[in-house]
Amino acid sequence: MAQFMDRTTAGLTIGFASVAILGVLVLPDWLMSQILIAFSRALAVLGLLVLWRTGLISFGHALYFGLGAYTVALLGKDLGITEVLITLPAAALVASVVGFGLGFVIRKYREIFFAMLNLAFSMVLFGILVKTEALGSTDGFSVEQPTLFGMGTDDSTAKLTSLFLGICAIGWIASVLVHRYLGSVLGSLTTAVRDNEIRVEYLGYSVAQAIHGKYVMSAALTGLAGGFTALALGQVDPESMVNWTVSGELVFVTVLAGPGSVAAPFIGSLVFELLRTYAFELVPYAWQLIVGGTLLVVIFFLPGGLWSLIARIGGGRKTGQRGTTAGTTAGTTAGTSAGEAGR
Amino acid sequence: MKPVHIAGVLGVGMAAAFAFSAPAVAKDTVSLGIVAFLSGPAAGPYGVPGRNGAEMLIDAINKGTLPAPYNTKGFAGATVEAEYIDESGGNTKQVSEYRNLVQKREVDAVVGYVSSGSCAAIAPVAEELQTLTVMAVCGTPRIFEEAPREYVFRTMSHATADNVAAAHYVKEMMPDVTSYTGINQNYAWGQDSWRDFSLTMTDIMPAAKVSDKPQFPKIFAGQYGSEISALSLEGAELVHSSLWGGDLEAFILQATPRGFFHQKKVVLTVGGVSAYRLGKRLPDGVAIGSRGPYGILVRDRDTPLNKWFVETYNDTYGGYPSGAAYQYAQAILATKIAYDKAGEAAGSFPSQQQVIDSFKGLEFDSFAAPVKMALGGGHQAVTEHMYGLVKWDADAGVLSVTDVKVYPAECVMPPADKTSVEWIESGMPGAKC
Repeated sequence: MAQFMDRTTAGLTIGFASVAILGVLVLPDWLMSQILIAFSRALAVLGLLVLWRTGLISFGHALYFGLGAYTVALLGKDLGITEVLITLPAAALVASVVGFGLGFVIRKYREIFFAMLNLAFSMVLFGILVKTEALGSTDGFSVEQPTLFGMGTDDSTAKLTSLFLGICAIGWIASVLVHRYLGSVLGSLTTAVRDNEIRVEYLGYSVAQAIHGKYVMSAALTGLAGGFTALALGQVDPESMVNWTVSGELVFVTVLAGPGSVAAPFIGSLVFELLRTYAFELVPYAWQLIVGGTLLVVIFFLPGGLWSLIARIGGGRKTGQRGTTAGTTAGTTAGTSAGEAGR
Repeated sequence: MKPVHIAGVLGVGMAAAFAFSAPAVAKDTVSLGIVAFLSGPAAGPYGVPGRNGAEMLIDAINKGTLPAPYNTKGFAGATVEAEYIDESGGNTKQVSEYRNLVQKREVDAVVGYVSSGSCAAIAPVAEELQTLTVMAVCGTPRIFEEAPREYVFRTMSHATADNVAAAHYVKEMMPDVTSYTGINQNYAWGQDSWRDFSLTMTDIMPAAKVSDKPQFPKIFAGQYGSEISALSLEGAELVHSSLWGGDLEAFILQATPRGFFHQKKVVLTVGGVSAYRLGKRLPDGVAIGSRGPYGILVRDRDTPLNKWFVETYNDTYGGYPSGAAYQYAQAILATKIAYDKAGEAAGSFPSQQQVIDSFKGLEFDSFAAPVKMALGGGHQAVTEHMYGLVKWDADAGVLSVTDVKVYPAECVMPPADKTSVEWIESGMPGAKC
């Protein structure tokens, strides 16, 4: 077991390090900024993955995404705090505090009720933001120039490079931590809760608390993702941060990526971003068709998401552990949840 | 490790080469990224006519068939190539798409944008990427009021003018109005519109009473039954509205059978945009604006450029051009003039900096009226503004306007040293009407 964990951790380390090195040395700016946006979103997808492993799909995580984004933006605008070492943890903190509070209600629900209740809460925040002129209403407002240790830069390449390295580092830390968590006793409960809650209770664990914990964790990750996206874009607005379409996009990427590995959200998110870019470029009038069609293809032919493709190619006997546990888990969960999402 | 180093050095070297290779090489083509809603609710009223206007003008510019003095071919002699992209998908998407246009597809300039939200998100990125960006339609005054811009231009008046002009028109045409209310969508556009209109009314018609129950239905609501009842029950004589597109059409269709337009005087600040779509369903006597001298309000203006525009549009796409077609075409025209002027001054194909320098403070005759890049350090245009009353011309089977009043730019736009809200709140000092 320990060996397997090391493998994944090592893989994540090598993966993120090579993306970072490639990004700084070789990749063009546009691709770097796409990776930046994709990886920021991937943090939220990682949060959804934690829930999905338990068989829960949230259609309202834009709530935490938006809370994170607006926390970063408001700290800069109203209090003049632009230090990323304060604003980003604050984004995660605000999201997790709200997630903790709402968790008491939400943890009682499953399936479509869980998804819809989340959606309802997120649309409350959307409604408030749209109606509040002081928060920029639908136009939103700009995010102040971020600083690190008090230093900021106006040079676009330097700014992009630092944000890019930042997201690589945060993505690495977050995915390793989530991986460790999923391997822990509490984390292993994920699958157990999905399969049979009553048995978990008889084992002496509280299902409600386990789900609550995961919910707060996913809220924190999504808040962080929102905060980072706000920094990357330099602008917050309800339409692209809090609306239900954002939640839908997160679920979309989760299904596309598959729940097989903590690396899947990063790969899936990048594929989604590139897919959308090329669809936009090639068919400006019907790009949605391409994006939606791809999801259908993935659901039909790769029920475990894109990750199952990677696992199939690189997997086989060598990664026996992953092949048997995670692989099958991925298959079954993806099947049921993708079906739910499709409905 | 060595190959990585070499690749790195090569990469940096190439990046540097790209960064410095821009200026003063003779060019055969100028590539433009043109952004407009091609899908979603804003595509019908704004995006598609806007795209058509841009496409038609680029075609004419490449052939050199525009009326004089704009009958030179291309942008400073270079053929224009356009890439069209969809504005929908949210601001996040728009920012990444903007980066793609500039960094991946390497366009020379970006023209377009309908939504204020897109413009507000794009402006800082345009500055960061140092790329000429000409905003065509979006209304929010924030763009040039919250920060000075070097690379961003907007070639039409901002939204303040719509509502200040609406108030002036009410004062001139309906001086007996004693009370007014409004129905505006509950988002930035609607909130700003009502604020500017009611503030201006307080200035210029202090005797008229403002309602304490203006209606703010949510955007794309589609059902206005309860709002129409609330407005009807209220005593206010005049109703101001900045509803647009499908919302405006739904409101009019639901309000008409209830006798709303017989009971109230109505001013629709962007009614001109939907005028042709609504036709005779738009009740006679409603006051409409079209965000400036565009669309139905200037259809019969007898300048050679306007006649060319209306006729060519009709031949190409069938029907009269609406406001957005004029506004996108105007953005393209302004960019052409800036390129041409800069090219003339430089004696060769101009660099981006030379184009920007000639764009700043540019004054030119557009299709129906002159445009002055007067605000925001020469980056924000001002034009005259117009309102008129709708009249269905049964003989010709086409919607017309009567009692058109024109307000000079100095009357409806703030001076360069004040933001729009400051200007209206302080009683619009210096306004020349």
